[in-house]
Amino acid sequence: MRVPLSWLRQYVDIDLPARELAHRLTMAGIEVSEVEVIGGWTEVFVGHVTSVRPHPNADRLRLCVVSTGSEELEVVCGAPNVAAGQKICFAKVGANIYNTHSERHETLEAAKIRGIESQGMICSAVELGLGDDHSGIIVLPDDAPTGAPLDDYLGDTVLELELTPNRLDCLSVLGVAHEVAALTGKKVQEPEANYEESGVPIAELVNISVASPELCRRYTASLLLGVKIGPSPQWLQDRLTRAGLRPINNVVDVTNFVMLEYNQPLHSFDYDLIKDATVIVRRARPGELLTTLDGVERKLTAENLVIADANDAIGLGGVIGGAESEISEGTVNVLLESATFNGANNRETAQSLGLRTEATLRFEKGLRPELAPIALRRATALIHEVAGGTVAPGIVDVLSDEGADAPVVMLTSDKIKRLLGMEVDLERVQGIMDALGFIWESAGDSGLKVTVPYWRNDINIEEDLVEEVVRTIGYDSVPTTMISSPIPVQQPAPVMVLRDQIKDLLAAAGIQEVINYPLVTLQQLEQVEQLDAAALPLRVSNPLSSDREYLRTTLRASLLATLAANQGHGAGPFRMFEAGRVFWPRNGDLPEERETVAGVLAGLRHEPSWLEDDSLLDFYDAKGVVELVLDRLGVAATYEPIDDPGFHPGRCAVIKASEAVLGMVGEVHPVVMERLGLDSPQVAVFELYLEPVLAAMPSSQQQFEPLPRYPSATRDLALVMPSDVEAARVTQLILRHEDVDRAELFDIYAGENIAEGAKSLAIHVYFQAKDRTLTNEEVNRSLDGLLRTLERELNAKLRA
Amino acid sequence: MTEPSAQPPTAQRIEEIARSATAELDSLENLEAVDQWRISYLGRRGTLTTVLRALSSLDVDERRTIGALANEAKNTLEDRLEQRVRHINEAALTRSASQNRLDVTLPGRPSKAGRLHPTTQIVREICSAFVAMGFGVVEGPEVEWEHYNFEMLNIPKGHPARDMWNTLWVDYEDPSGEQAMLLRTHTSPMQARVMESREPPIRVVVPGKCYRYEATDATHEWHFYQVEGLAVGEGITFADLKGTLYEFAHRLFGEERQIRFRCDYFPFVEPGVDMSIDCFACQGQGGGCRICRDSGWIEILGAGMVHPKVLEKVGYDKDRYTGFAFGMGPERIAMLKYGIDDIRHFYANDLRFLRQF
Ligand SMILES: [Zn+2]
Repeated sequence: MRVPLSWLRQYVDIDLPARELAHRLTMAGIEVSEVEVIGGWTEVFVGHVTSVRPHPNADRLRLCVVSTGSEELEVVCGAPNVAAGQKICFAKVGANIYNTHSERHETLEAAKIRGIESQGMICSAVELGLGDDHSGIIVLPDDAPTGAPLDDYLGDTVLELELTPNRLDCLSVLGVAHEVAALTGKKVQEPEANYEESGVPIAELVNISVASPELCRRYTASLLLGVKIGPSPQWLQDRLTRAGLRPINNVVDVTNFVMLEYNQPLHSFDYDLIKDATVIVRRARPGELLTTLDGVERKLTAENLVIADANDAIGLGGVIGGAESEISEGTVNVLLESATFNGANNRETAQSLGLRTEATLRFEKGLRPELAPIALRRATALIHEVAGGTVAPGIVDVLSDEGADAPVVMLTSDKIKRLLGMEVDLERVQGIMDALGFIWESAGDSGLKVTVPYWRNDINIEEDLVEEVVRTIGYDSVPTTMISSPIPVQQPAPVMVLRDQIKDLLAAAGIQEVINYPLVTLQQLEQVEQLDAAALPLRVSNPLSSDREYLRTTLRASLLATLAANQGHGAGPFRMFEAGRVFWPRNGDLPEERETVAGVLAGLRHEPSWLEDDSLLDFYDAKGVVELVLDRLGVAATYEPIDDPGFHPGRCAVIKASEAVLGMVGEVHPVVMERLGLDSPQVAVFELYLEPVLAAMPSSQQQFEPLPRYPSATRDLALVMPSDVEAARVTQLILRHEDVDRAELFDIYAGENIAEGAKSLAIHVYFQAKDRTLTNEEVNRSLDGLLRTLERELNAKLRA
Repeated sequence: MTEPSAQPPTAQRIEEIARSATAELDSLENLEAVDQWRISYLGRRGTLTTVLRALSSLDVDERRTIGALANEAKNTLEDRLEQRVRHINEAALTRSASQNRLDVTLPGRPSKAGRLHPTTQIVREICSAFVAMGFGVVEGPEVEWEHYNFEMLNIPKGHPARDMWNTLWVDYEDPSGEQAMLLRTHTSPMQARVMESREPPIRVVVPGKCYRYEATDATHEWHFYQVEGLAVGEGITFADLKGTLYEFAHRLFGEERQIRFRCDYFPFVEPGVDMSIDCFACQGQGGGCRICRDSGWIEILGAGMVHPKVLEKVGYDKDRYTGFAFGMGPERIAMLKYGIDDIRHFYANDLRFLRQF
């Protein structure tokens, strides 16, 4: 909303500098986003053209004598519309104005044009920065004071308001004036709406009925006969232009002016084009067609409210007029409408037809019904003033059963104290209500019965009035206290604690946290996991772009994309993880949001340095990270080989605790890597699902286990076995054996001296008893049994 | 080397031997020479040993005094011997160590710590400020019902305030054919969820992701975080809201910060405000400051007293309970703190950006 101060001053005295006023409004909730200064000209005055004669050396140029009151100067002018007797904007030599040839602001110099010196310039809108019209000079009203600095006469300041949706009132200049008055202790001067009526009463000339009162609470109308359509007077055009609207003709301009003045959108019909002089406010018939003012033919539904004549719709109530009944140059009789339409319905119609107009911006917020006749009378008076004609006596006023009573809201000292934590003197509250234009009467000794003025639609409950009080006295005057009630007992959800713990562990392990968008493409997901065609991931119905359409079901897809994006910047190491949610659809319910942590490791294992080798991160780095995390959490996990299409064949394990799947660890399938443009020999990833990890964590506090009191015995075994035997099987068998405390794999070997298809594992085996030192014989006996088991189960033999 | 002497030992003689032996030992620099020295003084036929052996030729009184002297000399020499050996060994170690010098100006063996994402860091910082004031941390679903995102927050269908939240809708229709599922546009739906699930007193903060159907630019992301706060109970006032947020601003931005409220509108609070702090970059002076764009104040969060309709919708007695709520954007706070000029850096995940925090 653009509010020119010149317009605002019409209703309220302003003696504050514009910036200070803007600050006060902003602090009170009417945010002024910009203070625009129009003018700032020097050496530009209101001039009077006393004579015009042709230029002796050029057909298109003329020589004008311009009076500034104190002197008379001769200037060369090329504008076709210059004429003797005009008041114009005169730039003297030395004025800084926009030069349309050099396209810059320049200081005007005396110059010879076709042999005759021009001692200044008669300006168009372009030179003064007032508009784009360069076809002719600006002609000022005849009463413009000759010799006055133009800044005093035309200069202005415009407040650009950025309004919250509740402050509909400040979409109007009068609404802002009320606010300014309350903030500065002034009184608002409401405009007058006096006009003479004559001839046949309106009631006999037009028949108006409201068939859908639920969508039109009030419908008022007046009738002007014998008007002359034409351009608006300059003052009216200026008001509209400065507020950002384009002047059209006097009748339409008045309706726009009153809308900006009072907030009430109005509509003017060509009375003679209304069939049978009958207006019916009704729901559209399904499929009914209406060509709107913008020339578009629209197909309507019963959810749309139309203004119809005896036969057809002639306007879309409160949204846009119909082309058929539009005011044109030939219009003589004008039916003027000022109505209160239903906000929600108006908004829905506007949205479904893609027609957000200045009118709907106001109607959708719920205008007060008291406003309709006030604005109607004001507009009638103005049209009468600028377009002539006569006004038929009376107005039409169709009011629904809801009536048009102003809301009355109670305000008590107790409520103020309860909400703000401070007392506000009741007399002070009364003063605030007065300043804001609220009417009050006492109710008991500590309460007020407050009637809300017609321009405010945002005050419905006591809390709303408390806000009026506190925003007026200022928030600084509210004390600063801490909540006095006891602190509620609460523990964070275990999965949140776990997620934070894992994030800290991973960061400490040298892995960088990233946060990706959870919306991806279906293709991205397909590349890393098998999708169930019958239960596809959730889709956004209005995606911002096609690459952000599906809610991810795995973190791996976006993590790999992030890796690819970063590989352009170096050779790694790339160690990244994300802790976030994946979304699993559920029938008829919100998706299951699974807390997940995933990591990706690729590139050099060590930071590039003069010290290190150039080995690359691989499966075992990823698995090491998973082991670190699970070990720290006290989770005993197993790793089972699995073939998954997203993973390198034979380089993927599912992580389990008992039968529960905790996650995956593996290397990305080379085909997937190629498709994603990943540039490493291998990329290792892991993914952990936090709920099952949480379930696998020891439920009770870890108990202290006494340190061994007797020495252990060690045996080193070199075992040869078929190469497809899994190492975990070997250590599992060993550990299961009597008196074995732990087993450490310390070497794997295949090649020379080992048969084809076999491998050798070297393992430290520690024997330990809790209650005694094991004798050599006991250890050897145990070892023998162990070796027999290994041979029987795995065909593993001691290396010769 | 002194020949074994048949002369009876005297105190003077013992002292002489000890002195000359000590002097000799102190000049020895290798273990072989020290061993030679040991043999010549303390060996079986060594000088001092010989003296000791000759003690028997003395009478009883003399034997006692001279014998004591001789034993003391022997112990001293043995101690000195041990010290000398240690000295020679250590000197050798130092010599050999000085052959193994490093170029200490070479870079160290690199080990890069991972870092938490700046959003994680700032969200934790914000939450712990409130945890210290007795708030608990809870989270809610990112995919939410329209009911919680709007209806329960006093933003009914057709309400113009819905324009404040451009929504990404999930492809899902409820039985009546209405769009009912969305990506939450704010963390505020958790206000209703928390209140529905328990009775007052309530004091929680809710961090989490939010989404908007919005074009991105340097200050707008379609995907971002919020931290929501809610306190409901008996006797909670706007003054308490002020105190709580004052404390928060001090913890996050420094003891000396001033705060300022101005009237603002959110359908689920009344009265509603936004809060600014005086600019920590220019100390509120403005004057060409980039951070506060010259105003001296920085807008940090929106807040207000919980709207009675919201209390009613969750079934609370609005005449008994009052409460306040607030919400803020952690990215914006991180941008202010670290001087980040473009919010799009946060989720572009360029490691060169992330490693700076
Ligand atoms: Zn500043």
